[in-house]
Formats: sequence, C-alpha cells, structure tokens
Amino acid sequence: MSYEMVCGLETHVELATKTKIFCSCTTEFGGEPNTHCCPVCTGMPGTLPKLNRAVVEYAVTAGLATHCEINPDAKMDRKNYVYPDLPKAYQISQYDQPLCRNGWVELSGGKKIRLTRIHIEEDAGKLVHERGNTFIDYNRSGVPLIEIVSEPDIRSAAEAIEYLEKLQTILRYIGVSDCKMQEGSLRCDVNISVRPEGSIGLGTRTEIKNMNSFSHIMRAMEYETGRQIDLLESGEAVAQETRRYDEKTGYTEGMRGKEDADDYRYFREPDLVAIRVDKAALKEIRSRMPEDPQLRLARFKRDYGLPEDTARRLAERRKIADYFEAAAKGRKDPRAAANCILGPIFARLSTDAEKDEFHINVPPENLNALLKLLDEGKIRSSQMKATLEKMLDTGKPASAFLSEKDLAGVSEDDLRKICEQAAAANPDAVRDYLGGKEKALKAVLGAVMKATRGRANPQETEKILAEMLQKGKPVELT
Amino acid sequence: MGKYGTIARLHARLEKKEISCTELTKAYLGAIGKENGGLNAYVKVTPEIALDTAAKVDAKLAAGESLSPLEGIPMTLKDNISTKGVETTCCSKMLRGYIPVYDAAVWKALKAQNAVLLGKTNMDEFAMGSSCETSCFGGAKNPRDRSRVAGGSSGGAAAAVSAGLAAYALGSDTGGSIRQPASFCGVVGFKPTYGAVSRYGLIAYASSFDQIGPIAPSVEDAALVYDAISAYDPMDSTCSGSREPVCSALGNGVRGKRIGVAKEFFDGVRPDVAKALADAADVFRALGAQIVEFSLPPVKYCVPVYYILACAEASSNLGRYDGIRYGYRTEHYADRNDMVCKTRSEGFGAEVKRRILLGTYVLSAGYYDAYYKKAQSLRGAIVRSFDAAFRKCDVILAPTVPTTAFPEHYAAKDPVETYLTDICTVPANIAGLPGISVPCGRGGDGMPVGMQLIGPKFSEAALLCAANQYELAARETATGATGTGVGL
Repeated sequence: MSYEMVCGLETHVELATKTKIFCSCTTEFGGEPNTHCCPVCTGMPGTLPKLNRAVVEYAVTAGLATHCEINPDAKMDRKNYVYPDLPKAYQISQYDQPLCRNGWVELSGGKKIRLTRIHIEEDAGKLVHERGNTFIDYNRSGVPLIEIVSEPDIRSAAEAIEYLEKLQTILRYIGVSDCKMQEGSLRCDVNISVRPEGSIGLGTRTEIKNMNSFSHIMRAMEYETGRQIDLLESGEAVAQETRRYDEKTGYTEGMRGKEDADDYRYFREPDLVAIRVDKAALKEIRSRMPEDPQLRLARFKRDYGLPEDTARRLAERRKIADYFEAAAKGRKDPRAAANCILGPIFARLSTDAEKDEFHINVPPENLNALLKLLDEGKIRSSQMKATLEKMLDTGKPASAFLSEKDLAGVSEDDLRKICEQAAAANPDAVRDYLGGKEKALKAVLGAVMKATRGRANPQETEKILAEMLQKGKPVELT
Repeated sequence: MGKYGTIARLHARLEKKEISCTELTKAYLGAIGKENGGLNAYVKVTPEIALDTAAKVDAKLAAGESLSPLEGIPMTLKDNISTKGVETTCCSKMLRGYIPVYDAAVWKALKAQNAVLLGKTNMDEFAMGSSCETSCFGGAKNPRDRSRVAGGSSGGAAAAVSAGLAAYALGSDTGGSIRQPASFCGVVGFKPTYGAVSRYGLIAYASSFDQIGPIAPSVEDAALVYDAISAYDPMDSTCSGSREPVCSALGNGVRGKRIGVAKEFFDGVRPDVAKALADAADVFRALGAQIVEFSLPPVKYCVPVYYILACAEASSNLGRYDGIRYGYRTEHYADRNDMVCKTRSEGFGAEVKRRILLGTYVLSAGYYDAYYKKAQSLRGAIVRSFDAAFRKCDVILAPTVPTTAFPEHYAAKDPVETYLTDICTVPANIAGLPGISVPCGRGGDGMPVGMQLIGPKFSEAALLCAANQYELAARETATGATGTGVGL
C-alpha cells in the first residue's frame, strides 16, 4: 500500500520589536547572561506585565500579510507549566481568542497552506549547561513571539520547507522578524501523521518538538514518515506522542505520551486588559505595510520591463527591492540599476544571510547619481562599472573618482575638429562608409572616443561624423 | 478616630513644631517595642528607615518648608507590599529572606512624600486566611481582647492601628482582608474600587480580586491616605486611578441619599451584630437618609464563586515559588524535581497548600467547565445584580462580618465554616466595588462590630462621605484596646 504524509506546522517566530513583550528590556540577541532583564521579565513577586503595543501591531501586520482575519477583541491567557526557564511558572499566551485566524500562505505551484491562527506570547529563558552545572539565562525571557499554526495541509517535506521559506520571506519583508533560525528566532514543531493514499481520514499524529534548521526538519519528517509507515505495515499502531529529533542519528525518539501530556490549565490573564484592534487601528497598520512581494514582483516586470528572473531576485528581499527602486528612480534604463545590483553589488554578498542584511556602503542615491551620468552620456558603461567598484570599495560618491575633466565632455567645436582629424586619419574607413558600409563609421567613431578619452558623447559624435561625411566637405579623398 | 489624634492633627503638630518628626517616630518605635511582643502586629520593625526619614522631615521643618499631608506621619505596610531592600515575606516560610529589588507603586508614592515606615505587618500566609493565624510568624492578637484574633488577612495592620502602633497602615483586600480585621479591631478599613490603586509590587494572591487600601483610626484618615495612593499607574494595566479626590467630599451630607439594605447580607448574622447594624441604619435615618430594603439573591453564591476563582488564580500566581531564584530552598534533594517538590511541600503552610490544590483542581481539564467556567459566569451575574441594586440605592449597608472577632484557633478547626464568614465581604471583591468597614458599636461580647458600606465602582467620594457622616454622628471612642500605644 502506498501512504501519504499529512503534516501541519506550529512555527514560533521572534518578533523584531526593540523591547520585550511585557517590559522595556531590550530584545537584542546575545549579551552577557541575565543582563537584558528586569523584575518583570524575571517574574519577581508582585510585578505585573504591560503589553507592548508594537507586539500587537507586528502580529497584526503578520496576520494581514498572510491573509488572516484580525480578531477585534482578543485577550491574553495564562498557560501554566513548570520549568526553570519559565520564571512565573506560566507563559502569557493566547488560548481561545488569538489575534489572527483563517489565513493562508501560497506555495509557488499555487497550492495554499491554510493557517489556523497566529497568536502572540512570551518566550522563555534558556538553560545553560556548563561546568557540570545548570544555569539559567533570562535574557530571552519575555522576548515577543508569534506562533503561526498551519492546518494539516502539507504533504511532503519539500512542501514544508517551501512553506517555511515563504513564511520567512513574508515576515522579513514586512519587517516583523529577521527569522534567523541559527539564533532561534524561527523554530518549529512538526505535527505529522500518515494515511493510505487516497483516504480522507487523519492518522494518529506525533509531534516533533523544537526544530531549528531546514535540513533537520526535512530529515526528521522523512524519518518519522518512514517510521509511522513501518509501524502500520507491520500491523502496529502509531502512538500519539511528543517526539524529539536527534541531530546526530537523524532519528526521532519518544519524549512523552498523550497520558503524560501537560494540562496547561489555561485561564484568562487577569493582569492584562482586553486587546481591541478597531477599524482605525487596522487601517493605520495596513497603511504602513509594504507592498506585497508578489504584487511588487509583477510591478517590477510591468513597470520596469525587467525579465522574470531579474525581477524575482530584486523583489524577494524588501531591502533590495527598496534599494533598486531608489537607484532606478528617474533613470532612463532601470535595467542598468538592476544590473548594478545583481552584478557588482551581489558579487560582494556571498551568502544569503549577507543578502538578507544587504549592508551596502553605497546609498541608493549615489548609485542613482552615477547612473544619471550614464544617462546624460557623460560617462560610458565601462567607466560607470569601474567607478561603481571604487564606490563600493570606499563608500565615496562617484564625484570622488570622476574628475571635472572626465565629466566636462567636449565642446562641439573641439569635437568637430577631432572628428575631422579622425576622418583624415582613417581614409579607408571613410571610403568604405561612403561606399555604403554603414558599419565602417564605427572605426572613425572609435578614433574620436580614443582621442577624447571617452569623454565624447558617442551619439553626438556619430551624428557629426555622418553629417560631415555626407556633405563630403572637409574630407579630401585621395 | 484614633485616640492620639488624626493624621491631620499630627500633621498640624509637626508643622507647628509642637513635636519633631524624630520625637514622634521615636514615640511610635517605643510603643512598638513595648507592645509588639504581646500583639505580634509587626513582623519587622524598620527603625533606621523610620528615623532617617524623620530626620529628613525635621530638616525640612527646620528650613521652614511646609509638609505634604502624609509627610512625616509614621505608618506601616502589610508584608506582601514590596519594599526595596527590606525583607518582604508574605509571612510565609517560602519567602523568608526575600528582599525585593524594587518598590511597590504605593510605597514609591508614599516614600516620595517622606512617609515614615515603621515596619512590615503580620498577615495570613500569602493573604490566605481570616485570622492572621496562618502566618509563619504566628498570628497577631486583637488589641481589644488578646484572647481573640486580630482577623485577617491584614491582621497585623489592623492590630497596629487599633493599638496605636502606627498612624495608619496599608493592607490588601482580596476577599475582605482589610475590612474584616478592621471590623474585628474596631478601626476603619477601606477597600477601594478594583483598579483605583496600583497593584504593582503587591505580591499576588488572586490578581482579579486583590486591592490595596488603608486601615486607619478614622474615615477622614483613610480618605487622606486613599487620595495619596490612588493614581493611574502605567505599570498596572488594570489600574486607572481614582476619578476624583475624596477628602474634599467628606463634608457633603447624606440627606436624601438612599441606603440599601439587602436581606441576604443578614442571613445567619449574629443577633447582637444585626442589632448594631439596625442602630447604624437609624443613625442614617436621623441624618436624613432613606433606608431602602431589597433582595440581592446572588449574594448566596458569592462564597463559592470567590473560593473557586481566587484559588484558581492563586494556584497560578504561587507557581513561581520553586526555590530556584529566591526565597526558601529545601536542604536535601536528589534532583531538580525533587528540590522543587520538597521546597514547596516545606515552604508553604497548610492553608496555602489547600488553596493551591483547590485552584489547580478547578482549572484542570475535565473540571474546568463545572467549576471555573461556571464561577466566571456567576461572577458576571453578580456584577449585573449589583448594577441593578445601585439603581435602587446609592450605598449598600451590610455587616462587615456576621460575628465579632473569633477566639484564637477558631479558624483552624473548620476551614469551610471559616470561609463562610467571608459572606459579607467577598461580594465587593467579586464585583470590584469599593467597600469600607466602620466601627459601629459593640457586640454582646463587648467586641467591636463593623458596619460595611459598599458603593458603585469609583464612587469613593460618595462612599467615604457617607461613612464619614455616620462616624461623626456615632463616634465610638476608641477606648478599650489593651495596647497603650503612643501617648502624646
């Protein structure tokens, strides 16, 4: 019998707010242990949470970007469980009134992965095992998270990865998270079951907790699917349980069964008031949202005449898309700006992470100014490229590398003189040209450009040469 | 009113330099030294802090500066109100040695006014109890009769004020913990509207019920303190502060006001207590108020609703005491689980454990709907019934407690019987209403009886005015306490 995998993901994403969800401590990653904390995020007796408005705005932004309905009347709840990294012995989360519901993320083939909900909650601290002892670092305690819960719509590990990549793109695009898996700002619980191909019902699922790399997720899903199929094939049942993925072996192993599952004793957080997202607030958040990346891609193709691949590479990262639009603004040929980014600039960003960061010391205005010189015919393409490299090396504007003389151009009178000299020096070419070989003019043009060290405007020069030769005036043919 | 003068009078004497703040503070510290051994009202005395502040106040006076109303007035805080640098234990073995790193909002406000902190007062462990006897330091005695309890949970605060060991005290009231001991000890105890006073720094028992308020010798004093502590606090999302200052409203009369009497508050009330309340109603009639009788049936659900919801919140609030970060930790343990288990088993007393277990139970899967959810919906019904009642009357008059002060060890005998004595105080907590207990005569045993007035949310001004008018008309001279207090 052949089986199919049925999978849903619970994705935890750290929000990129400056401060924590219930206090004003920084959310910055790293830092000496227990230096980014205060009485509130360490749950000292008597302290009270105060909900950070930005967390709600970020989560609503994420909801809107994933086509969710926004709950106008949400609330916070307590999820009670005991673990040393959770200093209050409860996590403030959302249970039955999440902020966002019923959204979707579209995969490249057009398949939609439905989202059940997105809710906000606080992160816990971190246990550090060192020198034979266990220590607790509460720097991460109270860092805001959103949990994005998908419907069991995923049918393969590849779909799971594509879904996560799409989520990453969207969340980075709208600026609510950097989604750095290596720093734990995107983590995943994988709910997985198998069923005979073509059947409708759901098999018993297992949950693989706390996955933080795509390759691990891929391997874990493949292993777990195989394990479940083996069980069913040999007539055994899959037990509903929580499992752990072992990075070394690539296997999953049981952590706890259904009967040992925590009873979180959810109840409304009495220390916080209701969260009201009214129409005006929603409108305000919507107005601040960047353009949808899919729509932007279409616009790049349509308005800038970019080919699909070029448009996609520019549009998939918001910083790069913004940079491109600023650099191309008002320029004759937007493709020149695109080529600068995808060529010389990308050459300096070797990893995806560097492209994500897009730390470029040439502001887009400076690239725009450089391209303007090209537009105006003051420099040639090769000169532009060489100058851009120097700008990227130093961060200085184009004017630092192009002298007055470089940019001054050549006066018409001078140009005429030079043209005359060039024509005289290339009688064969002139003859060929007058004999009907249009292309022969290029040799004369080349001589003019050489004589002017590229400062002459090629279009203008060509025009002058053509006129001059047609009239046949100053050229003595021998 | 107190036997040694109101806060206003102490303030005037300080400003007129009839007495220095240091002399006043020393007088209180002396009285505490003499009386506290017998009363056990204070669990910690802070003479250095008190005298430091007094010196500051004296320096201001010497410089000819005037004082704010509570400046230089010796006072005390219940031991669940966080004081930076001063041990705050909730009278639990679990928090012995715990020194907060920050000040509660109310203490921050009073400290800024140079309130003179004499010490921290005794209470039932984590504010769970009606007798002060669940304190790990032993109970506070009733200054009116030391064979009786001071009440609880703010027993130490009420005993200290009653015995003249502080000009006023701050307590906390979750199900009557300010009003009940005030009633037992013959002083005024005021629980403001939920959200009128910041809870930031109040070590939580039941977050949706807890409210800080004053215990004082008189309504006027309570009003002065209330005005000083009720303010919007950005650190407490549930706190909006007071709507208006109340002191200026104390002189308004009660003529024409409708005083509501709901018979459910009088079910099972001891006849001598009921008689004292009937006399109090007569005083209001004499003042020109109108007595309106009606029925408030949901009152009978209040005790179970309160114990289900308060214990549920407590089970969550007290989860953090695990011996890892602060407070008590067991000495011998095998691993972390064992450590947390033993720490909690040894650190908490019987009443706290009972409420944690009860609260855990009512929130558990399978029981949640039958208990927690049902109690929540009844809470809504109780709120609505009070809304309806306040269309018929301006203030509700009720006993504070159906009896006078319990004899020692009474509460420990039958917890449920003791819970039932909270019948008159818990409704105000469930509905978030302001309630005040004012002494109103004596019971057959010679012990003080408390009259409770309950008003609509944020009606502090009208409520304290009615209480003040009553008090002025029926002033019970506060003699009879066995403490000698401060003679000035």
